[in-house]
Amino acid sequence: MQLTNRKKVVSNKEQSFAERIYFPAIIKGMAITFSHLFKKRPTIMYPEQQREYAPIYRGQHVLKRDDNGAERCTSCGMCAVACPAEAITMESAERKKGEEHLYREEKYAAKYEINMLRCIFCGLCEDACPKEAIFLTDKIVDAHFERDEFIFGKDKLVEKMEQRVDVSKRQTPEVLAFKKIPGLKHNELFTEKLEKGKKH
Amino acid sequence: MKVTIDGKEIDVPKGTTILQAARMIGHEVAPPAMCYHSKLKTSGGYCRTCLVKVAQGSTANPNPMPKPVASCRTEVMDGMVVENFTSPEILEARKGVVEFLLINHPLDCPVCDQAGECKLQDLGYENGSAATRYEFKRREFEVIDIGEKIKLHMNRCILCYRCVKVADQITDGRAHGVISRGDSSEISTYIEKVIDNDFSGNVIDVCPVGALTDKTFRFKQRVWFTKPVDAHRDCKKCSGKARVWLKGEEVLRVTSRKDEWDESEEFICNDCRYEHKRKSDWVIEGPSPVNRNSVISQNQYQHLNELKVQIMKQQKALGFMDLNKKP
Repeated sequence: MQLTNRKKVVSNKEQSFAERIYFPAIIKGMAITFSHLFKKRPTIMYPEQQREYAPIYRGQHVLKRDDNGAERCTSCGMCAVACPAEAITMESAERKKGEEHLYREEKYAAKYEINMLRCIFCGLCEDACPKEAIFLTDKIVDAHFERDEFIFGKDKLVEKMEQRVDVSKRQTPEVLAFKKIPGLKHNELFTEKLEKGKKH
Repeated sequence: MKVTIDGKEIDVPKGTTILQAARMIGHEVAPPAMCYHSKLKTSGGYCRTCLVKVAQGSTANPNPMPKPVASCRTEVMDGMVVENFTSPEILEARKGVVEFLLINHPLDCPVCDQAGECKLQDLGYENGSAATRYEFKRREFEVIDIGEKIKLHMNRCILCYRCVKVADQITDGRAHGVISRGDSSEISTYIEKVIDNDFSGNVIDVCPVGALTDKTFRFKQRVWFTKPVDAHRDCKKCSGKARVWLKGEEVLRVTSRKDEWDESEEFICNDCRYEHKRKSDWVIEGPSPVNRNSVISQNQYQHLNELKVQIMKQQKALGFMDLNKKP
């Protein structure tokens, strides 16, 4: 029974002298290797040299502070509900008197964790955030040896006042303008009903 | 008595209000209501969200009513013709009402514990405009404790009087009401007099906004991360039928059961509400019905069978193979 037509009959042909000494084949192989010295290199020397990024590259998240240094995040849970990978968890706490310089709102995130192994860097958390607190930056998430090291807490996510993170690139004028369009989604239901009423 | 609401006719007994008649027909014609509560007598008539147009007063007097009327306080007449969603004028008026309700209401939904089950949020989303036109300072109050278990955010109050009616009708010895008038009216407990009554916790459930919130649940979890289940326990004071909001094995809060109009079915006592926060205290009956469009229904699969049927239909229409059929 023939299953395929790719069968090959093994020949027991004796090798010629040139084949037997392997020398021409070695020369041929070396020539290919040598020719690559003059071709363009596809790799770069990574940490010293870096490739060009898209200006809106989505890398590690940052939790922004406002200009006074207070955390913007109010632990509303919109990012967690928007997250398709369910990577975000948080616990909230109430701001006490005298902590106004630390937290902007009455409520703040006492614990905020992103599991970087679950995260797919889609940026939906950023879209969902009503307080402009979470942003994705162009920083690549560091490699680690242990799984639990990939659960990033507030110590890694909240920006430090000494080294603030610039997220202006991710807030392009188009994005800012889009956020300001009145009645984009909110009025949909109302206008629908209104038009229905007019038809009636 | 025959009434027609948005082209749908229904026969109702005498003394029924337009709102009740509309609710008998169903969600497609029922006007939204903030201050009306079916279990509280004399509630309604404050918020004006349930405005409807009466195109024909009755068979005897077919003239229309000159102005939109509050449907929760207007009784039906025989042969009355009512327009709600079909009238552009009413939708415009309701949009105005929502704007008025939101004048002093802060935009702190990310902080507020009521977010996700807030009637004002739904109302604003469905009928309001996306941006505010109000340029002045909103009125501000300090957040105060009413008793040990209740927080009052007067900023968020829309003065629906529902909590006052609860204090009046459910509990004996009313300890809180509304003081001052007009723009400066506020909920008061007669100078922060504590409400220590067995049923005082119900003011939390009837509050349509986040003005009165449960201190034992304060900032614990957003409602859409908790799972509501209907549960009961033996209680000497109340029926013991409640809704328990779970997160894993933990009972985060206990509320009364709400009907399809988001109004409490039965009022529960403070003992059930605050003191029984262990899963073993309750006999769980099953998941509570949650509206498919509510944010609370995310990750809940009560409607799974319904969904399956829909998907199967679509697949059939598209000519897919039936994967559930055994060969």
